Parts: sequence; C-alpha cells; structure tokens
Amino acid sequence: MPTTAPAPSGEREINQQLAAEFGLSAEEYARVLNIMNRTPTLTELGVFSVMWSEHCSYKSSKVWLKQLPTKQPWVIHGPGENAGVVDIGDGLAAIFKMESHNHPSFIEPYQGAATGVGGILRDVFTMGARPIANLNALRFGSPDNPVTKRIVDGVVRGIGGYGNCVGVPTVGGEINFHRAYDGNPLVNAMTVGIARKDRIFLSAAAGVGNPVVYVGSKTGRDGIHGATMASAAFGADAEEKRPTVQVGDPFTEKLLIEACLELMQTDAIVAIQDMGAAGLTSSAVEMAAKGNVGISLNLDAVPARETGMTAYEFMLSESQERMLMVLRPDREELARGIFEKWDLDFAVIGVLTDMGQLTVWHHGKLEADIPLGPLNDQAPLYTRSTIEPPKREKLNPARIEDRIGLTGALRKLIACPDLCSRAWVWDQYDSTVGGQTVKRPGAADAAVVKLEGLSRGLALTTDCTPRYCFADPELGGCQAVVEAWRNLTSVGARPLAITDNMNFGNPEKPEIMGQFAAAIRGMAAACDALAFPVVSGNVSLYNETGSRAILPTPAIGGLGVLDDVTKAVGLALQPWLDVVLIGATVGWIGQSLWLREVAGREDGAPPPVDLTVERANGDFVRARILDGTIRACHDVSDGGILVAIAEMAMAGGTGCRLVTHPREIPGHAFWFGEDQARYLIAVPDGIALIRAADTAGVPAMRIGTSGGKDLTLPDGGTISVDELRRLHEAFFPAWMDRGTTG
Amino acid sequence: MKAGIVIFPGINRERDMAIALKQSFGVEPRMIWHKETELSDVDLVVIPGGFSFGDYLRCGAMAARSPVMDAVHRHAARGGYILGVCNGFQVLTEAGLLPGALLRNASLRFLSMDCHLRVERSDTVFTSRYQTGSTFRAVMAHGDGNFFADDAALNRLEQQGLVAFRYATASGEIAPEANRNGSARSIAGILSPNRRVLGLMPHAEDLVDPLMGGTGGKPLFDSLAAA
Repeated sequence: MPTTAPAPSGEREINQQLAAEFGLSAEEYARVLNIMNRTPTLTELGVFSVMWSEHCSYKSSKVWLKQLPTKQPWVIHGPGENAGVVDIGDGLAAIFKMESHNHPSFIEPYQGAATGVGGILRDVFTMGARPIANLNALRFGSPDNPVTKRIVDGVVRGIGGYGNCVGVPTVGGEINFHRAYDGNPLVNAMTVGIARKDRIFLSAAAGVGNPVVYVGSKTGRDGIHGATMASAAFGADAEEKRPTVQVGDPFTEKLLIEACLELMQTDAIVAIQDMGAAGLTSSAVEMAAKGNVGISLNLDAVPARETGMTAYEFMLSESQERMLMVLRPDREELARGIFEKWDLDFAVIGVLTDMGQLTVWHHGKLEADIPLGPLNDQAPLYTRSTIEPPKREKLNPARIEDRIGLTGALRKLIACPDLCSRAWVWDQYDSTVGGQTVKRPGAADAAVVKLEGLSRGLALTTDCTPRYCFADPELGGCQAVVEAWRNLTSVGARPLAITDNMNFGNPEKPEIMGQFAAAIRGMAAACDALAFPVVSGNVSLYNETGSRAILPTPAIGGLGVLDDVTKAVGLALQPWLDVVLIGATVGWIGQSLWLREVAGREDGAPPPVDLTVERANGDFVRARILDGTIRACHDVSDGGILVAIAEMAMAGGTGCRLVTHPREIPGHAFWFGEDQARYLIAVPDGIALIRAADTAGVPAMRIGTSGGKDLTLPDGGTISVDELRRLHEAFFPAWMDRGTTG
Repeated sequence: MKAGIVIFPGINRERDMAIALKQSFGVEPRMIWHKETELSDVDLVVIPGGFSFGDYLRCGAMAARSPVMDAVHRHAARGGYILGVCNGFQVLTEAGLLPGALLRNASLRFLSMDCHLRVERSDTVFTSRYQTGSTFRAVMAHGDGNFFADDAALNRLEQQGLVAFRYATASGEIAPEANRNGSARSIAGILSPNRRVLGLMPHAEDLVDPLMGGTGGKPLFDSLAAA
C-alpha cells in the first residue's frame, strides 16, 4: 500500500466544474472529496461519477423499488444479481431479465439496439444459463414524424443483426407508437436462459490472492461515459453524443457464450460478471464489494484495441463482449485453454486483496486508490419529492357518438399502427433457431419455447399499456403486470415471475417521480395478488428530449411454465366451434384505442382492474386449457372484443358469426371497450363450458360460432377474413418499404 | 449411415440439426470441430446453419478455408455424402464443392418465415422419401439466400438434373411471390454432379416435429437414414 497520493493524470484540472461535466452535483462532489480526503485523480473522478450515476446507483428509484414483492417459494435469486432466477422443475432454473437501451438507440439506432441485445444476453449467460429466447418491448414516436421511420428501421435491423447471429431465437415482444416517444424511443430487450439450478454462477468475489481474469473482446475508446449519458435528458446536441454509443460484435458474443458455458462445466470459476454499463469499473467494484474484498487492477495487462489509451479511458470504456472473472488459481491454465480454443482474449489483469480498496495501476503509476466501502455505502440515495397524479373522470360511452359503425371502426382499428400486423418486423428476426419454438410471434398471446429433451416448456411475454399508465400510473402499473399474467395464462402456462423495465422521464420533476411511485404501488398490488413476484429489473430515467417526457412505461416481462408443453394453445380460430367470452363487460371506453383512433380523443379514466376477478377468471381459463376443453384462446385487450375475434379469425383463416350484444350497452362500447380480466375462448361445446363457468362464479357468454370465410357482425355487416388480412398487413410494408404512411 | 456435424466458430443451428439427425438415424451425430483433419469415420458430413466466423468477410468464405475443409474435400472426392444447409450451403459454394453463390436477399432484409419447397427429383439419397413434384413446408432464416449463377451454369444445372428443390407456392407453382429471396430460377437447393453433395438454403431440420408446426423436413433425414 503506497503512502503517497496517486500521480495526477490527464491535463484538465480536477475541480467541481469538471465533476459537474461528469454528472456529479456539487453536494456529490463534496462527498467525493470527503471520502478521498484529497483531490481525486481524473480516473478516480471517473469511477465515482459512473458508479454514482442514476444508471448504476439507482439513487432516485431505490427507495421505491424496495416496495415490490420479490419472494415466492420458487424464487431462487431475486433482484440484486445479474438476472432473476426461478425454479421451473426438473432440477432446472429459468434465468431472465429485461434491460433498456433507450438513449443509445435514439443516437445510433442499429448499434444501440444491437448492443442492448448483447448486454442482456451477457447478464443471463454470466449466471450459467444457455440463452434460449429473446424478446423486445419497443416504443417509437409517431409514424408521421419523419425521424421515426429511420429509428424503426435501425432498431429492427439491429435487434435482428445481433440476435440472429448469436443464434438465440427472438420469439416475442411488442411495439407501440406515440408522439410522446418522438425524441426518445424505448428499446427494452429481454433474454431468458436455462441452467441447472445447482450450477448458478454469482458475482461476489472471494479468495484473497485469486486472479482477476479478463476475457472476450479487446478494449477500445467506445462508449466512454455511456452510463452517464443514460442518466441525463437529451438536449439539441444528442447527435454529438454518437461516440458514447458502443459497437456490437455478435460473432464474438457467440464465442463468449460457448466459451463461458464450457468453462462453467468445470469448477474453475469463483465469481463472474459481465462488463456492462461503466465497463471495467462497475464489474470490478461490484464483484469486490459483494464479496467484501479489495481488488487491484493492472491496466497494462488489459487487451487493448487502440494504442495510447489512458487509465481513465480503460476504466470507463464500454466496449462490448467482455467479462470479468475470479478464478481458482490452480484452474487458470485450464480456463486459458478454453478461451484460446475459441480465439478469445484471456488476460490476468488483477488480483483480489484484503485492503478494501480499488487500486488501479497503469504504466507503473497508481492511477486510482479508492476505498470500496465508502464508494458503495456513501453512494447518494434520494427520496425525491412526488406529486400524486390527478385522477381522470370516467367517460359515459352513450355520450360519445359512434360515427362510422362497427364495420368501419373494425377496419380502421386493425389497420392502425398500434394494432396492425407486426409480421414485417418479426420476419426479420430468426424465431426458430434452436428448433424448440412451439409458438412463434403472433401465434399465441405468449411465445412458447420447449426445453430441449424435456416435456416442459416456457411461456414468455412482454406487456405494458403506456396510455393507461399516463392517464393513471397506479392503475397502469397494475394493469401491465396483470396483462402479462393474462397472456401467460392464455397459452395454458402457470405464471411464475416477472422482470420489470421502468422507463420514465426526469426524476427531479415531482410529477414524474409521482408517476414512478404510483406505478410501483400498482405493480406491487398486482404482484402480491397474483403471486407473481419481481425477480429482476432495470430503471431508465431521464427519458426526455427538450423537457418533454415519454409516457410512463413500466414494461413487464413475464415468464410462466407449462409442465406439458403439448397442451399449449394459440389464438388461431378453427371452424365450427363456439366462441365464448369469459369475464364481465360494462363497455369501458375511456383510454380505449377506439376512443383514440375512431373518436380522436385520448381522455377518460382507463379500465379498472379487479385483482380477485382477474385471478378467478384466469385460473378458470387455464384449467380448461390444461384439461383439453379449449381449442384457441386470446385475451381481450387493445381494441376490445371485436379486434380480438378478428385477430383470432385472421390467425386461423376462419370466419365467425357474432351474436347480438346485450341491449343495455351501446354497440361500440360493448365491442370495442377495454374492460379487463376477459378472454375469448373457442370450444366445441359452449353450453357445457358456460355451465362450468357459472359453477365457478366466472362470467361467461357465447358471442359467436366459428366457420366460413367471413366475419359477420351483429349489425349485419360482413367482412371477409381475406379483407381483414389485407387491411391488417398493409401498414408496415407500405410505410417502411414504399415510403408512404398510407 | 454415420453422420457428423462440422462446427465452425459462429455456427448456431448445430443443435437443431443434431435433433433432426438423431430422430431419423436413431444415434447422435458426431460433432466435428473445425480444426479436425480426419473424417474417415463418417459417411455423411453435415455443415449446419449459422454465421461461421461472423460472416464477416463474405458468408462462408472463411469457413471454406478452415483446416477441416481439406478433409471435407477428400470426403467428397471419395464419393462421401455432404449436406450443407443455409450457411453450410454458402460454405459449399465458397469451397467450390457446388457451383454458384448466395447473394443478399433481393429485399436486402433478413427473411425469417415458412416457405414451400418443390421436390424436383426423388431419386437421390437426400429425397427418396419425397415424391417428385410434391411440395413441403420448411423454415427459411437468412440474409443471404439469393442463389446466383450465370446462365450457362444454370442451364447446366437444369440439363444435368442437379436442381433438388425450388421455392414454390403451397400448391407447387413456381411464382415470384413464392421466391422471397429472389433466387435465380427459384432454386433453393442444388446437387453435385454425382448427386452426393446437397446444398439447401431453408432449414428442413427445423420442421421435423408436429409440436414445432410441422414435419415437412423429416423425409429428408429419413431418406438419408435409409441410404
């Protein structure tokens, strides 16, 4: 341990002004001075600024996140590890997480989205899991905004470019458009992997004297201060931030997956962590802090892509496809052999110490010497002020005129950007690699992936309805969790747990923090009532451009299990079945897509959620799927019953004749209202099913009979399934490939 | 017949291929690392799909110069069977074991979707369990599947009966809308002159189980198992 202060490096004077440029407040910089008891070096200032950034420290959100339920008997590891881990039976665990790459995807859509996929994959295979599925929840600005098309094109190509190459199927996700995302698209990527539950790898370092090993790609100057960028709102200079975006190399990632999984078959690894946001800094600090040990790094040993890099640049680089490991010293050569076989760099760059410090050496100079305890314990934590979001008034559907009738509204809704076919997007993602995809994108409410060699399967979904969240964040947060649960239920799966990706605006504004707090409240209530805990997650704040915030978007990634995957059902309607609606309908039109697309209004209170009813209706539907009664199932969500039946008809190429709706509800409210806790199911014997529902206390009514080539509406209007498909499939190709928004 | 699957770095459909082979052959195929130099223990060499060496120079170009390829050439010269699917087809054209090249899809976008393949002849070791002129469903997943060769080479392929599969509609018609990647003369798969080497762009191996949506690709592996 040297007694002299580290040598100064860098040319700029280290002071409060520089600290401010690095994103530290005056109070935070004072805290740094207090901890260091001297002026920090440039490298030290860099370490503090990224570790204390919103992105790495969760300083604004932590107090609220603690309210989320995280425990159930099947949860093996909840939040705090690289990803969440749940027991799925057969001695196996599912490891999954969703993470945002919003800011980079606006600046450089292809690489931003691609590296988002790469980053979340690493979070999952770091823990010992082979990734078996990717999903992504995307939100884009208005299609009328000329920028949106370029962003959609880049993001879709980036997700495909990376996911297709690493050979992990992209099986699901969602896409919304709204002008609130014009300057700030959301790219939330989710990965699910499978590991033996007795072979899970964690990040807590242990064993003073054990080697710290760097593997993967070389380090370059890309992505320096990426975590800080992700912790600030965009101004007009967003384009100038392009150099802070990293460049992805999916080929190296694929090699890294195979090499790490091969090494994980041995007993060589003590601890392992990917280098994500804040690169070498955060992986080294987190591993050491979790294990209560010190860590000493020698940057001369770090594989570098460029010459002349400084200690500051090495520590803050966010070059992709890199991992940090602590190995058993007697297994170092075994590990080196595996990484050399896969043509990957392998370098011992440090050692664990008992000093409690992060020390960084470069060219024989001590560039950083930071006490790890205070770096973590004294990280800022804010209970920011909140304003309770105002409640909206319930709309009376009878007072909203239906000008275009049921057929006209259906034509309009199934063709609109938020409801039209996503095939143009999915067709660019490899959804079948691995040979285990049972339900591909669009085939069912949740994707279904079989576990190789077993009868078990996983159901996966991502969900959030941002317009509900904006109108009522508490209800919106609750509804997002409930919809994920419902989508898993709709394929017959037993919902197990969720990962959350909290996308919000600037937390320093009380109304934004109020949205955040309310959404957490709603989510927590739903997680509790449905025994559907949060096991991992990510927070993305400062999603604003020019002080305009996005819609609050707590995206939920849900995971469920099917013990017998052959029982999974999709939404494709088959002929000569009764179509039965499960769940009660009052005709809730506030915040519905009908209201926005047909009546041109975005107001009213969103549909209420009754968690007891949700559970009862869902449990009833799941049991009928598993006993083989139900042939097709689709939850009723955006666009209401008529859109749901149209989607089932298009998926199965089969028409349906609908019955007259109850007289006490206006037609447009009954057919397009978005009341919750509802499913459409197709069964051979509707009467028997309704009798069983009555016994269970679950509302059920027959709304139609399948067959033929047309959808026949209760008002006598008819529209063929072929015509529905033409309308449904028109938007994306016309917009993206032919340059019109028609 | 004993099968082996060649693993180049970046290959990613080796597991799918192994499942399909095992289902028809009853035994696990051997996994062959790309630095191996001896293949005399296998009758069928399979080069699966993926992104060998990241497809960084040109799809399949670096794999075609990998150490194992000398052994693959020797295997071909002694009349051994070779199946290259997707990236494997690209490797075989780059290695000169099959004519032509696979260019970027005409749409310039990756295409992941079902397609229908028409069987052009059933008197080969790869197609004996199909009927000539029948169609089956397979999965395509590629960015560079647009088969190209000059007219003389295409004429030669057709005259010698070396076109194994064509993209077609579900009812077996050859039509532009069924040829999504823009391949010359709708060609999806071709044979070597001795009909023992097959290059095929779509993934027959991903539709061999009704649970995954169909079994259209299974006869290809059953054909090989029966050889």
